[in-house]
Amino acid sequence: MKPIIRVENLTHTYGENTPFCRSAVKDVNMEIYQGEFLGVIGHTGSGKSTLIQHLNGLLKPTGGRILLGDRDIWAEPKKIRDVRFRVGLVFQYPEYQLFEETAYKDIAFGPKNMGLDEKEIDRRVRASAAFAGLEEELLEKSPFDLSGGQKRRVAIAGVIAMEPEVLILDEPSAGLDPAGRKSLLENIRAYHKEKGTTVVMVSHSMDEVAENVDRIVVLANAGVVMSGMPHEVFSRAQELIDVGLNVPQVTQVAMELVKRGVPVDPAVYTVADLRAALSALKGGRA
Amino acid sequence: MLKDITLGQYFPGNSLAHRLDPRTKILLTVLYIVILFCAQGFVSYALVAGLLIIGVKVSGVAPKALVRGLKPILFIICFTAVLNLFYTPGEILASFWIFKITKEGVFTAFFMVLRITMLIMGTFLLTYTTSPISLTDGLETLLAPLKKIKVPVHELSMIMSIALRFIPTLIEETDKIMSAQKARGADFESGSIFQRAKALVPILVPLFISAFRRADELAIAMECRCYHGDAGRTKLHVLHYQPRDYLVLLAYGAILVGVLGRFGL
Repeated sequence: MKPIIRVENLTHTYGENTPFCRSAVKDVNMEIYQGEFLGVIGHTGSGKSTLIQHLNGLLKPTGGRILLGDRDIWAEPKKIRDVRFRVGLVFQYPEYQLFEETAYKDIAFGPKNMGLDEKEIDRRVRASAAFAGLEEELLEKSPFDLSGGQKRRVAIAGVIAMEPEVLILDEPSAGLDPAGRKSLLENIRAYHKEKGTTVVMVSHSMDEVAENVDRIVVLANAGVVMSGMPHEVFSRAQELIDVGLNVPQVTQVAMELVKRGVPVDPAVYTVADLRAALSALKGGRA
Repeated sequence: MLKDITLGQYFPGNSLAHRLDPRTKILLTVLYIVILFCAQGFVSYALVAGLLIIGVKVSGVAPKALVRGLKPILFIICFTAVLNLFYTPGEILASFWIFKITKEGVFTAFFMVLRITMLIMGTFLLTYTTSPISLTDGLETLLAPLKKIKVPVHELSMIMSIALRFIPTLIEETDKIMSAQKARGADFESGSIFQRAKALVPILVPLFISAFRRADELAIAMECRCYHGDAGRTKLHVLHYQPRDYLVLLAYGAILVGVLGRFGL
């Protein structure tokens, strides 16, 4: 697979040359491949948010560089806006950035900034609203009359409407109830599948990551400590626990089973897989 | 970028200036401002500058930090200087087209700039060395006699401390909203003044909404803890004057009386 974004020796130091100087990310190297669904996990303060704000040029690296395609995104600082259209970033709690009179206009903000014509904007707004799971009739309402979950969907649609090549979501489900969480993640997954867009999801919920992503990058103490397929990452449970994270609940159950002598794979990470493993065992015994 | 604003910021420390009673510091600052505004001519400005330098030395605040604090009002300083330079009548030094520079203008402009700069630096010294809480506490205690004539001193100081408390929060919030809108291609740096003003709408609307939301939440949180204003409220930290407060006030007074007496100002 071809990397769409390459992060090379990225370092970002806040407050350089002051007593408050602190490196939020230090010497990070990683790749994001075309079309993959990547999960970035890390404890609070591990540098996740700083890292993703570099990917679309909101922050400028104090060391190292970011390649989008094959070009350094800061090669032409004047054109950084184009990078932001190509790499869409949905912030944490994005519903707090809504400002327009109607949800429709708010979603159209990004495409309008891109200088598209009315017809194309209309197509994109409707398509992205559908992807985000918003009904047509909500589009004419004021975003402030919507429920929390609907507001979040409007905000996510606002970024999807730019039709970015890479969509980055910072904790998209934080603060939603379990049903809203599930349906939002289903929408994102369906969008990824249908459009083939590269999606990066930042989270600290192991279960959420385990159920959705193709590949995982683990951040801790301002650097990448692990990366690989979910199975590889979750098989290193102790290391994850050491950096203040954990493994998905299903994996915890599997590990406990192994401890008690049941021969299952301790790195299994979805409910379906564990059930399959257990029924295979049962079938074998019968 | 916004985080660099140092307006009214508190730098924790343990100097004599930090340990003084906030009331003492407020009194000293008020006195300093009064002298500054009465000052005329080089000698009295030198005296005020001397007081400022002593203050800076005692507080251990880096002079660089004080200068940095001037940045936001640089425009006002320049504006005042230019106005005074060209619009003070008197003995003409140079003139071109409709502009005339007078000798009086040069002096007035110079002293005005000096006055504003020292005013800002002096008051910054107060906020740099006094935490917002003890500052409002001191102010409330100092103004307590006004309660007799029905001035809501407690409420005013509460409003002030809440405002001070929320400045960093709102700055952080503004930063976040700006980043989020930039991620959708908002452009705050180019275009005409009109376009730039319009570009602020996507920042201001969410900012106001979140400020109102925070205010609501804070009001409920305060009510949950049975806050109902001044009546019957006691303090956790009651202010007491220490010997050092009397000493500093005395020394300050002595310097003033001495210098003023000497030069007959």
